[in-house]
Amino acid sequence: MRDIFVLAEHRRGELRDITIEMLTKGRELAECCGVPLTAVLLGHGVDRFAEKLASYADTVVLIDHPQLENFNSETYQAALSPLLEDRQPFLTLIGHTAFGIDVAPRLSAQSNIPLATDCIDIRCEDDRVFAVRQIYGGKLNAEVSYENAPQYLATIRPASFPVREYGLKGEIVRTDCPALKTPEREFLEYVEAPAGEVDITQADVIVAVGRGIKEKETLPLVEELAKSLGGVLACSRPIVDAGWLPKDRQVGSSGKTVKPKLYVAIGISGAFQHITGMKGSDTIVAINKDPNAPVFNEADYGIVGDLFKVLPTLKEKIAELKSG
Amino acid sequence: MEIVVCMKRVPETGDAEIAVDSTGRDIVRDRLTYDINESDNYALEEAVLLKEKFGGTVTLVSMGPPETDETLRMGLAKGGDVAVRLWDHRFARSDGHATAFVLAKAIREMEFDLVLTGCIATDDGRTQVGVTIAALLGIPHATYVMKVDIEDGIATVQSELEGGLIAVNRMKTPALFTIQTGINEPRYPSLISIKKATAKEIRTLTLDDLGLEASSAGEEGSKTKIVKLTPPPVGKRAEILEGAPEVVSARLTEIFKEKGMI
Repeated sequence: MRDIFVLAEHRRGELRDITIEMLTKGRELAECCGVPLTAVLLGHGVDRFAEKLASYADTVVLIDHPQLENFNSETYQAALSPLLEDRQPFLTLIGHTAFGIDVAPRLSAQSNIPLATDCIDIRCEDDRVFAVRQIYGGKLNAEVSYENAPQYLATIRPASFPVREYGLKGEIVRTDCPALKTPEREFLEYVEAPAGEVDITQADVIVAVGRGIKEKETLPLVEELAKSLGGVLACSRPIVDAGWLPKDRQVGSSGKTVKPKLYVAIGISGAFQHITGMKGSDTIVAINKDPNAPVFNEADYGIVGDLFKVLPTLKEKIAELKSG
Repeated sequence: MEIVVCMKRVPETGDAEIAVDSTGRDIVRDRLTYDINESDNYALEEAVLLKEKFGGTVTLVSMGPPETDETLRMGLAKGGDVAVRLWDHRFARSDGHATAFVLAKAIREMEFDLVLTGCIATDDGRTQVGVTIAALLGIPHATYVMKVDIEDGIATVQSELEGGLIAVNRMKTPALFTIQTGINEPRYPSLISIKKATAKEIRTLTLDDLGLEASSAGEEGSKTKIVKLTPPPVGKRAEILEGAPEVVSARLTEIFKEKGMI
């Protein structure tokens, strides 16, 4: 059987965690199938990443070109399509990240390779590939099969696989970049999210709210609770979208990653985009009316109930204890 | 400016109980309520804002059964001008690729400067259809778009990356953007506009109307297939505190104390 490919992801001079997660999983799949693992590294002046990749992969294909310096799905696709055509890997793993989501469907369409996105697991059986992805906000897992094809593509959800060290010494192969046209889409710059007045990543206690609080008027009550615990108020994405709290309070993949001692999630269902940002907390408490909310799979303690009834009594109990 | 907006009618599953049906490959749908996919609603608003600035037409396209008309009519009430529904029983169970193939075929026949889609569908979460449409139409794209500026046919767009970092890209139109929630404040339609939208005709196009082969749509045209649905394995699962609000609040307060938070 042919190789398994992993597309390395890096941004602004740093290799991203998803790369190592995919290499660990890729190594496991490669050993299970008895095939070589190849890491594909596209970029400009990124030689320093190659050694790290080679500690997981049998081969690192390094394509260095000034046009690959900053990620651009058009140039990445234009560089990848001929490589995949030439090398015919059996399976190519790409991160289900902002970059992967931007490039994988284009690569799939241009190279006519079936794609399953946002996979949380993947396995090979004989010459077939099966993926597991979550649907309906994480309430169901879907096992997905591909049509029979010479190659398969999958984007892998970040933090789905634990990371291991392999300490291999794969071969680093510099490969010529195919001729790249000037892309229609031109990358201009990165802009940092503006810093807010409160840095929630430094807080020991975070009380976070989500869609379940229903209205903005609930916020003062939650903020009081946060203060009584010596913590700060944070939120999931819908609260920022609604303009109820500023962006710098958002916990999740497109917001902040926090690791407080205590994280209280109120009215947050627990979409993976949010979980990614808070799963490293020491203790997680969730209050939600839906007993099937995915957040209860991450929390240490849960209250299934109406937050509008629980919050006032919780405030009282804390006040009692404090005066107590 | 001619703008096409792709819309999807999705079940609201946030607070609903989801059950797998007898086929094991789909969910029980009869008790679910449906609405426009969340980020598609922001894409629609962005299209209407651009139309208000530059003039032109907003055309809504959706692939779905007759019930989808309800979603399209709401889109018309919110500022869409024309609605087209793509449906044929042979479109059923299309995966991301097949869906994009059908939509792209319909859009190719339209006049457009921009195609806007939501960045993710809340039901299947694929984040695949928008970019695939762009690839099939041969136009540039940007994903998770938080800001669109257009001047003389050149679009400068901000895409949201992890950690709130923004990537700024520039491209000529026609282009396709997948729109992130929060880019604008979607409007609520007025009663008058809802009434007007009820009277509008929604054009329906079938597989034959689109000149498609049956092998390029539906299950046949799909490159992936759901084999089975299962509830996610229970992880570490929280210790659920049981009882009346007073009881659970008292217990939680104790836990806060044990953890040294009070």
